[in-house]
Amino acid sequence: MRGRLKIYLGYAAGVGKTYRMLDEAQALRQAGVDVAIGYFEPHGRKETIAKTEGIEVIPRRTIEYAGAKFEEMDTDAMLRRKPTVAVVDEFAHTNVPGAGPLKRWEDVRTLLEAGIDVLTTLNVQHLESLNDQVWQMTGVRVRETIPDWVVDEADEVVLVDVTPRALRNRLERGVVYSQDKAQQAMENFFTEGNLAALREMALRHTAHEVEEKLRPAREEPAAGMSRSSQKEQKERILICLTGSPSSAILLRRGKRVADYLQADCLAIHVAAGPGDREAVDRHISFARNLRIETTILEAADVPDAIAEFARSHRVTQIFMGRSHPPPWWRWFEETIVQRVVRQARDMQITIVAERRR
Amino acid sequence: MASRTDRRPNPEELLRRVQADERRERRGRLKVFLGYASRVGKSFRMFDEGRRRKERGQDVVVGAVQTEVTPDIEAVLKSIDIVPTVRERHAGKDYEVIDVAALFRRHPEVCLIDELAQDNPPGSRNLYRWQDVRNLLDRGISVITAVNLQHIREQQDQVERITGKRAAHSIPTDFLNEADEIEVVDAPPDALLGRTGREGAPDPQKLAELRELALLLAADVVDRQLQQYLESNQIAMGWGAQERILVCLTPRSDAEPMLRSGLRNTLRFHGALLAAYVEQTGLPAADRERLQSNLAMARELGAEVHCLKGSDFAETILAFAREQRITQIFLGHSLRQGWRLRRTPVERLIDAAEEFDVRLFPHGGRA
Repeated sequence: MRGRLKIYLGYAAGVGKTYRMLDEAQALRQAGVDVAIGYFEPHGRKETIAKTEGIEVIPRRTIEYAGAKFEEMDTDAMLRRKPTVAVVDEFAHTNVPGAGPLKRWEDVRTLLEAGIDVLTTLNVQHLESLNDQVWQMTGVRVRETIPDWVVDEADEVVLVDVTPRALRNRLERGVVYSQDKAQQAMENFFTEGNLAALREMALRHTAHEVEEKLRPAREEPAAGMSRSSQKEQKERILICLTGSPSSAILLRRGKRVADYLQADCLAIHVAAGPGDREAVDRHISFARNLRIETTILEAADVPDAIAEFARSHRVTQIFMGRSHPPPWWRWFEETIVQRVVRQARDMQITIVAERRR
Repeated sequence: MASRTDRRPNPEELLRRVQADERRERRGRLKVFLGYASRVGKSFRMFDEGRRRKERGQDVVVGAVQTEVTPDIEAVLKSIDIVPTVRERHAGKDYEVIDVAALFRRHPEVCLIDELAQDNPPGSRNLYRWQDVRNLLDRGISVITAVNLQHIREQQDQVERITGKRAAHSIPTDFLNEADEIEVVDAPPDALLGRTGREGAPDPQKLAELRELALLLAADVVDRQLQQYLESNQIAMGWGAQERILVCLTPRSDAEPMLRSGLRNTLRFHGALLAAYVEQTGLPAADRERLQSNLAMARELGAEVHCLKGSDFAETILAFAREQRITQIFLGHSLRQGWRLRRTPVERLIDAAEEFDVRLFPHGGRA
């Protein structure tokens, strides 16, 4: 049987995720459950380190990369040891290249498949679907992301909440980082506004996870809907991607909307000629990582092909990036978006916002 | 922050802000621990915070404790002074009332109040305990308190729908919004089920529903605080954490599919649904009638309806959308051949609405 996954979700470093996770590990150990730590990041925090006392720690393995030594969880050793419950800190961590899977969440899935229960920690800003939103709100582009479906697989997501004021107090007291680093953090990422916004995201996301788990049992539709809408057909969302860098934003946004609406999600690229295939391939592979079904078509008339594909796949909503208007001397030309709007007359078309800072 | 735009507040707004700041400075700080059910551990978290503050040198006093406490709370209470509640009897019923006078005399920095949703006996100066707490705050005493979702008045209908029960005492959401800080005490239902309950085991499904409600309530309170913070620091944050959908209505628009889809999206995202139209003069009677029925439908579906004034349709809608932190604009589009030389207002809006998701609805299409 697959192991159970429990995620302690927070909104920033220092809210107490690891502490809460270890607290539970201790409670389990005292109840006689076989617990082992696969990876734990002490960050030099005394109270947290004290919480590991008495719990078996499986030694990490050392990997040499680019002349430096790195430590990662020893997944094979964990599999050999096979505890009932494994503690694995920092779910979104990226492993050093050349040593097994690229992402820690992949290691965690291996443990789960071996029937080991896993406790782990995650900050909300690592969720792939929130990446652009976090960037726009805080100015920070989070590099270590985790696909939403991996988090959705969790059996339980627990919010570790603390108020921004309390968190900033902790920073000031030097509990989270060293004093000088704390000062810098408070002026940049840990501003009251950023923390409040991230916290709201974490609250809403936890609520969403709770709702996802309730959905099978809960009778549709939600309150306020008329009977006619109950029979409403399932939505199918089609994302039109290109080689433009904004396609990543488009994919994240489209998938997020699809997830919330419980809609099917498809992505298509129509190649009208030799374009930037490398960038397109990157986006196609990114889409598949997000569990979006992908298609590449070749056609001379891009809008026509999109509309045709959408119609034959019973798409209800098309997501597109913004077309830039043609230069003034070609004012009579329509943009691709305009032509899709004209041709896919029976569908909704969403033009996704430009995200700038 | 997204952008620091100069919003140039007017003098009245500035004055209001200064007064609010002054009030805030004199006033004690209110911190609320919010739980979704009993036994999630919010009282313990509250007393534990009191203990830690005391260790850091603050003057902390307990103003109210539940009659039955768990052993872990009992241990914490040993280290903190208690100003006992006064027992008053009215019509054969006992009331535990905070000793406000004694607390004023003692005047601690921080006062811990458990069981916020208690009534005082009829005829008291304050009918509710939360009003006593407000008095303490006004006197500059900070209060840390704990409250359960089922005691938030505006949530009680929904809680009753889930549990079939309605708590006798309540506090208004407005009081929660006065809090400087609110902290959610979250625990998955299985943790509660594991603890041996005094009464029959609660239904995990119901607990999960309550948990979702509590998280969303806290998110709304946090959102409000965030807006206040951004406003008082004059920061514009373009994209909030909540989905906010604006349906643009025109006399000719096919409003129903847009509104229904808007409602569905709002419910799924736990977002906000707004509908707006820009006033026009000299509308033919038929258009006016159709607009009125569209607006009525919007209200009926629970949208917040706004009538905007402005000479330019696109600019008026965009200014409103920015002010309201809208994330998605829903628009109906007519089926003209492209949008060329003389562009319609809707077409100009589509072009200018770069920072929003714009969803176009074909007139006469499906929702």
